Amino acid sequence: MANGSAGLTRRQAYERKLRHRSLIIAGGSTLAVVLAIVLLVPLAPGWEKVKYSFFNGEVFIKTFPKLLNAFVLDVAIFAWSVPLIAALGLAIALARDVRNPVLYPLRLFGALYTDLFRGVPVVLVVYLVGFGIPGLGLPRPWNSPYIWGTVALVLTYSAYVAEIFRGGIESVHNSQRNAALSLGLTGQDVMRFVVLPQAIRRVIPAQMNMLIALQKDVALLSFIGPVEIFRQAGVFKSLLANFTPYVVAAAIFLVVTVPATRLADYLITKQNRSRS
Amino acid sequence: MKPRISMAVSLMLSVSAGTAFAADQCATGKTLEAGKLTIATGNPAYFPWVIDDAPEQGKGFEAAVAYAVAAEMGFESDDVVWVRAGFDESIQPGAKNFDFNLQQFSITDDREKVIDFSLPYYSSAMAVLTTKAVVDAGAEPTLASLKTLKWGAGAGYTAVPVLTDLVAPDSDALLYNDNTDVTAAIQAGQIDVALFDLPTALYLAAVVVDGGVILGQFPADRMENPDRFGMLMEQDSALKACVDEAIAALTSNGKLAEIEATWLSESTGVPVIK
Repeated sequence: MANGSAGLTRRQAYERKLRHRSLIIAGGSTLAVVLAIVLLVPLAPGWEKVKYSFFNGEVFIKTFPKLLNAFVLDVAIFAWSVPLIAALGLAIALARDVRNPVLYPLRLFGALYTDLFRGVPVVLVVYLVGFGIPGLGLPRPWNSPYIWGTVALVLTYSAYVAEIFRGGIESVHNSQRNAALSLGLTGQDVMRFVVLPQAIRRVIPAQMNMLIALQKDVALLSFIGPVEIFRQAGVFKSLLANFTPYVVAAAIFLVVTVPATRLADYLITKQNRSRS
Repeated sequence: MKPRISMAVSLMLSVSAGTAFAADQCATGKTLEAGKLTIATGNPAYFPWVIDDAPEQGKGFEAAVAYAVAAEMGFESDDVVWVRAGFDESIQPGAKNFDFNLQQFSITDDREKVIDFSLPYYSSAMAVLTTKAVVDAGAEPTLASLKTLKWGAGAGYTAVPVLTDLVAPDSDALLYNDNTDVTAAIQAGQIDVALFDLPTALYLAAVVVDGGVILGQFPADRMENPDRFGMLMEQDSALKACVDEAIAALTSNGKLAEIEATWLSESTGVPVIK
């Protein structure tokens, strides 16, 4: 270009100006909304009471350490549930993909399983498995709510996870299977070396969303006894007649879920970019 | 400290003014709906506090107390309107849908910062519910023995601090949403013992839990804060003075004790925990 020394063409300069302008406008409108909320909400007649009930600094300080402590239990349940869910979910997905007519019952089981556990509320499964199975007369420690609560979560979540895996498996075109078979690979090897590596990579963003949902549903185990963060917050709420402990619990949850959500978003964008 | 003073003042008022400031003037214009007294209870309301979850029949301890208080305040029983409201709805900031709410709410200093309580209409001992199997396995009504058991309680009740402070069990207690879930856990053998107020424990042991046994009770004086049930009202409720006056009157003329004798079982046979 003739005016290369100036660095920018007229068009580039114009686009840069436009970008600047839209940034300033976006910043300004965001600031206006935030200011409106910060200035107007406290003017509402009930604000003082709401602030006292939900955003009480004294209660925050008093309950934070114990709630953080209870959150460790959530993380632990989450940590040991995830591998189990992934394994069972993948197994169910594979069961639904079986093509041998002799194994049709397996396929039927996979379909029934996903239909049943996706259709039933998680709370019911937690109650039924958490109280029902130990109620059959299991001795301690085998009737522990930690064990059966985990089983309930694994049963429910593996149904969702299986469907996502199945979506991934079906997204790998049949011609690839045929090609692999014609190269002499066995059916098992085709699944293991050709289909699954692609399928799993494709569904990682969707599975991230399941992980985020699971993080919050771990709290449902409190229904059958374990005192995790949500239950501990409920105890404080009842004793102090104040809802701030729930806000504290939410804040602690956000510290974990927000980075996870961002990571999922990042993975999805990356995947979209590589596809286009 | 403040609530105590106001209690004392209202007590004195009710004693000195007596019947002179007769009932219906006191509550006039202070209720949610003119001429009606709106009373809230739990959903569901439990035996023996309300029989058959039908408070409007006036059967059960709390239902009977509610009608007696209403009568003392000058309301006909037809003027009593029942609504259902949980604890959360009662402590939320903002307008309430009841004049007062009674469902075994324990009076505590922390709660009184947010809501008003009437004078107590009942003081309860705490009792330990268990099953025959646990007793056969060697559980005894002593603190040393209780510490070694696996405990449970309802999360929303004041039983929780009593449990952690007084018993301090060796393994962490499991907490549940309501009495139904606690009894399910006892039945499933996930917990050995659970803490309830005595009338609830007596009912659960007799009717709900298979082989249910009351292991013992903590008498009210063992606890820093004896469990006193009060009627819950909006903070700075204008009606509080009238309700307190009615309860004070019912206490002094023995009517409250009479209702208690009618609806709550005899509890003298329950051993005291050492």
